[in-house]
Amino acid sequence: MLYATELMGAKTYDAQGNYVGKIREFFIEPAEQPNRISHYLLSRGSFQPLVARHDQVASVAPGNIRLNVNERLLEPYEPNEAWLAVQKDLLDQQIIDTSGRKVVRVNDVDLAEQRTNGSIELRVTQVDVGLPGAVRRLFQGIAPQKFIRKVQGQFPPRSIRWEFVNLVESDPLRRVKLRITHEKLEDLHPADLADIMEDLSAAERQGIIASLDEETAAGVLAELDARLTSQIVEKMDPEKAADILEEMAPDAAADLLADLPRETSEELLEEMPGHEAAEVRELLEFDPSTAGGMMNTEFVFVGEGSSRDEVLQWMKEQDLNLDQLDTIVLLDRAAQFSGTVPVARLLLADPEQSLAGLKTEPLLSLPPDASEKEVFEIFDKYNLRMLTIVNDDNRPIGVVTVDDVVSKLMK
Amino acid sequence: MWNRENIEAQWAGWADRVERVMSVVRPYRHRIALFLAVVGPGLIVSNVDNDAGGIYTYAQSGAKYGNTVLWSLIPMTIVLYVSLEMCSRMGAVTGKGLSDLIREEFGFRVTFFLMAVVLIVNLGNVMAEFTGVFWASETFGVSRFIAVPLAAVLVWAIVMAGTAKWVERIFLSICVVYLSYVVSAFLAKPEWLIALLHLLPPQLMHYIPTVRPFVQVPPFNASYVIILAALVGTTIAPWQHFYLQAAVVEKRVGPRQYSTTRNDVLIGSISCMVIVFFIIVCTASTLYVHGIHDVDSAGTAALALRPLAGKWASALFAIGLLNASLFAASILPLSTSYVICEALGFESGIDRKFAEAKIFYGLYTALIALGAIFVLFMGRFANAILLWSQVLNGFLLPAVMIFVLILVNRRDLMGDQTNPKGFNWVAWISTAAVIILTMVVVYSSIREFTGHPVS
Repeated sequence: MLYATELMGAKTYDAQGNYVGKIREFFIEPAEQPNRISHYLLSRGSFQPLVARHDQVASVAPGNIRLNVNERLLEPYEPNEAWLAVQKDLLDQQIIDTSGRKVVRVNDVDLAEQRTNGSIELRVTQVDVGLPGAVRRLFQGIAPQKFIRKVQGQFPPRSIRWEFVNLVESDPLRRVKLRITHEKLEDLHPADLADIMEDLSAAERQGIIASLDEETAAGVLAELDARLTSQIVEKMDPEKAADILEEMAPDAAADLLADLPRETSEELLEEMPGHEAAEVRELLEFDPSTAGGMMNTEFVFVGEGSSRDEVLQWMKEQDLNLDQLDTIVLLDRAAQFSGTVPVARLLLADPEQSLAGLKTEPLLSLPPDASEKEVFEIFDKYNLRMLTIVNDDNRPIGVVTVDDVVSKLMK
Repeated sequence: MWNRENIEAQWAGWADRVERVMSVVRPYRHRIALFLAVVGPGLIVSNVDNDAGGIYTYAQSGAKYGNTVLWSLIPMTIVLYVSLEMCSRMGAVTGKGLSDLIREEFGFRVTFFLMAVVLIVNLGNVMAEFTGVFWASETFGVSRFIAVPLAAVLVWAIVMAGTAKWVERIFLSICVVYLSYVVSAFLAKPEWLIALLHLLPPQLMHYIPTVRPFVQVPPFNASYVIILAALVGTTIAPWQHFYLQAAVVEKRVGPRQYSTTRNDVLIGSISCMVIVFFIIVCTASTLYVHGIHDVDSAGTAALALRPLAGKWASALFAIGLLNASLFAASILPLSTSYVICEALGFESGIDRKFAEAKIFYGLYTALIALGAIFVLFMGRFANAILLWSQVLNGFLLPAVMIFVLILVNRRDLMGDQTNPKGFNWVAWISTAAVIILTMVVVYSSIREFTGHPVS
């Protein structure tokens, strides 16, 4: 195994054994191969630097690199945005470790040799984020190779395989050229992704949110610290921001908009489709420290006269968020609130059982202007997972779920 | 008289008064809430500045040169504000700490050496803080073998037990205790008008005939310049830049909240200097006037105040010293371990558990323990260590200030938030001045160490 740090500054000789220059940088061309060192930058003092292609390299060893062509066949160096520079773009920069779900800083890059007809190719295998890499960076060039290898062996290695490395690049054009995608991030839980985002810089956060699909972005924004969320949304293209808000639960969207300056939130509401915007607007009317400010207006309600099978059939046909669903709200004939039924009870009931017979006792609800303290108390007293909020006509207008309570208590 | 109706009427009167005040405050409620949410880092960072070493230097300069050093406070406020403002702006715009940025832009090796120096200098500072605890305990007649370990356990426990928010609230409320110096100064009954007059350069005021009889012109000699340099050196410290920027990032201050943070930094810089003003005036109007020109510790200053300004002035001075030492002794190790862990890629943060961030908590604990043990058992090396940490500080401060100036002017990092032209001039000139003055400190420290003091 070779390390990028050890090879930096290596003397390079051409096929005839003539000295060409010193290695100053390695480039990867992700559009061709995601892990191959495609170009070597050779500096020659005051002369123009040259570039050796991967198929022009005959052998690689620390401090010594041989080419299989004559110096005259090497091209002069021209900066290329589509090349990923190992030293400039990787070393000392932050990357996302998608398997460990966190942000880490790169100390060194590990390379493996691969023989292909007549040349040696270097492949990036993993990035070093532990102490051995730090030791190499510290002593390279000022202490003998043997000493460095010995000292670094004293420390436990900590590396991340190249497949799990997700680069962060804030410039969108460069991101496209380098083929950086954030597909792997979309597989993470939004809460983990939110933690990762908090460790990055403002520009990097912006770049990642912009490249995520709307659903994931909505999940992440709902989990992020409120101040970061508003910073991100303010800087975003309003159209995209409105698309993301649409994907969010109305209560989360309302919380987010409440933190923005008036004009920005108005602009975003204009961009959103009519009925969703109306729903969010309604929620924005409530003081955040009341039941109305905590509630979510998306909830499942059915008539109390319907049977268990009818309800299950109806639920199958709806596009419901099943992960969050554990209680169903019941309405009587006058469309007034008449009780709640936990989903578990529904599952175990007879097929013809009417929902009115499955109600939880006692009948609990609060008006939207109830204080958050009242909400906490009623959740605590009755061990609730969900509480219905009703208006003056006793019609359910929203529900507060236990996760709303927990996040409010954590603030 | 105190029947029920009467009490109720009293209550109603109060409720009415509160309501009247609230009706004035209420429209600004949002703005006040925002300010309180963002305020903190700037105020804390500048107040910690008046730590044990600082108070000693201020007391010493007041005793030695009286009011004639006061004119340096206004330029020093400007330099302090300018250098701190750049860091807080960088934190708000980039969302990254200073050590992160240095690592990314200047590479591993530079960062490593910088961090090594930060560690040594700050260890020296922590030792100085515990020496401050020692001085204060001496004034109250408490043995250092009780006071110092107690202080070490106290500061260690505050951080280990608390969450970030809680710790910051404690720190913010501690800032109020600095007012004890104001009271102390009033008890010393100085000539306020004359002291205020000396805030303007006496070298110039001297030429105005009406005030001339009241102006005392400072002697321009080596030891006076060294005192000025020491004032600057203790006021602008490298750890402040790291601490402030990290705290701004931690508080998630963005460009929109930034104007509030800038006010926080401004208020902090001014309040820091106001306290310095009172300390110098206090010692100038007592010790200097009575010919006590040599103060070998802040504790001696507190003791010397007793016959001159009364036991209350003396006690308040010592309380202020104890508070400042404790405050700095908890912030310095904390910020040092933060900065080092962040730069070298270890887990950090007081919201993490011990097992998650072993190196962070280990460093924090070691700094406090070493500082306390040193004061208890190795007092005779005190001068040498303080001297060398000051010499290293003299090299660290210019390096940090130059890094800050380079980074803050990088368009790719800061966008359109780079230094405005005029501001940049002020920043470079003050950096140059600070560098020259810290070099003076380095020079005089080395001369003193080799046994050939300059004065």
